[in-house]
Amino acid sequence: MSSLALALRPLEFFFAQYRRVWRGTAVTSVVTPVVYLLALGVGLGVFVDRSTDLPNGITYLEFVAPGLMAATAMQLATFEASWPVLSAIKWDRQYHAMLATPLRVRDVMLGHQAFFAFRLALTATVYFLVITAFGAVESPLGILAIPVTVLVGLAFSAPIAAWAAHTQTEVSFVAIFRFVILPMFLFSGTFFPISSLPAPLEFIAWLTPLWHGVTLCRDLTLADVSFGPDLAHLAYLLACVTIGLLLARTTYRKRLVV
Amino acid sequence: MRMIGCVSPVSDGTLRVFGLDPARDGAKIRARLGVVPQQDTLDMELTVRENIVIYGRYFGLSRRELGARADELLEFVELTERANDKVEPLSGGMKRRLTIARSLINDPEVMLLDEPTTGLDPQARHVVWDRLYRLKRQGVTLVLTTHYMDEAEQLCDRLVVMDRGKIVAEGSPRELIERYSTREVVELRFDDSRPDDFGYWTEGLVGRVESLPDRVLLYTDDGDAAARGIHERGLVPESVLVRRSTLEDVFLHLTGRSLIE
Repeated sequence: MSSLALALRPLEFFFAQYRRVWRGTAVTSVVTPVVYLLALGVGLGVFVDRSTDLPNGITYLEFVAPGLMAATAMQLATFEASWPVLSAIKWDRQYHAMLATPLRVRDVMLGHQAFFAFRLALTATVYFLVITAFGAVESPLGILAIPVTVLVGLAFSAPIAAWAAHTQTEVSFVAIFRFVILPMFLFSGTFFPISSLPAPLEFIAWLTPLWHGVTLCRDLTLADVSFGPDLAHLAYLLACVTIGLLLARTTYRKRLVV
Repeated sequence: MRMIGCVSPVSDGTLRVFGLDPARDGAKIRARLGVVPQQDTLDMELTVRENIVIYGRYFGLSRRELGARADELLEFVELTERANDKVEPLSGGMKRRLTIARSLINDPEVMLLDEPTTGLDPQARHVVWDRLYRLKRQGVTLVLTTHYMDEAEQLCDRLVVMDRGKIVAEGSPRELIERYSTREVVELRFDDSRPDDFGYWTEGLVGRVESLPDRVLLYTDDGDAAARGIHERGLVPESVLVRRSTLEDVFLHLTGRSLIE
């Protein structure tokens, strides 16, 4: 039995669990982009476009839309990989049920990540349709922003799940949101280019996976792809996912094999 | 228990399950086991039936065969009527039965049951015992841990008494009683007139005397004769109870009465 097939088995559980809540999340995933684009792209955009000339003559709506798409994936992935992972270990203990069957620790870990990828793909697709409807997508190439957005999400869900499998209580999750995710959301090039940041902060922003994801999504939707740098963004995101998965494999094993 | 279930690594010595090495063939072994953990791992918000079917999917069984098998198992544990209810509001006994049904989804050769009736009321315990007994009759090997000696007496052909991680006795319930206890026990309770020393009163009448704060236990093969004997010697307890020896006597004799915490 191949490793991948085993990792798909836990998916059934997460799908069954998701079936109970999908209506709520479907509404959220449509409403969120609409609200953000109205407020920032249209509302704030009028001011920005009146006072600044963005490069290549794009509007602020076109600038901010792909950024929001990537940033939303980050938030969703972080949320999904924190409480639910700890719960599957500690409170609802679904991981333990899985581990009493032929499934192995890595199948459980990868299976949960596969579910995150599914959630991210759904949300990214909806987001993409909305920003397309707002006229923020310049080229058919933009559709590649969907898989990139999934990758951005996984760059967070993998290390966050690694942390959730390590930590004993949920207190750190709120801190992660407040001190890691929120600053990243605001300062990683989603709302303004990181070149406007002071040099040291710009360097920090440059290190965040979100900035690479935002930039790559933006290059795709604006049909402004430059092969070398964009490949580097992609490689950076892939590296984050890989490191996250390796960490998760270690912490899952330490926590569940006792 | 967790080592046999191939979820904990072997800490020392050699372990083989079905002749296989858990370190190498953990997944293969688990495919042939049914596990009823001490703490339920049911999903509270899925339905009773979904809990069984999804668990079966972890074993790679097809949805079609799982449908039929789930119905059979629900019938077996008498949960057919609750099949489409969520698990959360079920009673403790029902949840336990569901866990047992779920653990049977892969037709296990061996079932591992970790304190299967702890926390259940007497009715619920008897239903669980009945189902486990039927499984035993069908040829499923049950490996169970318990603190309830009546449970061990009801279900076990062969039992092992463990004290602080070491095996202190092994055999069938009957053998253990014969080996470590007497056939009968006389329980004496006293009001104020309890003698300090029972040597004189029981000399030659009983095998062993155990003096507890609230009562005195006389181990003997003929309880009635012993009770008559001490009465003739003039000892008059407040109450006298003659009963058969149980596994509980064996267990307490072997592991001591002090609390292990």
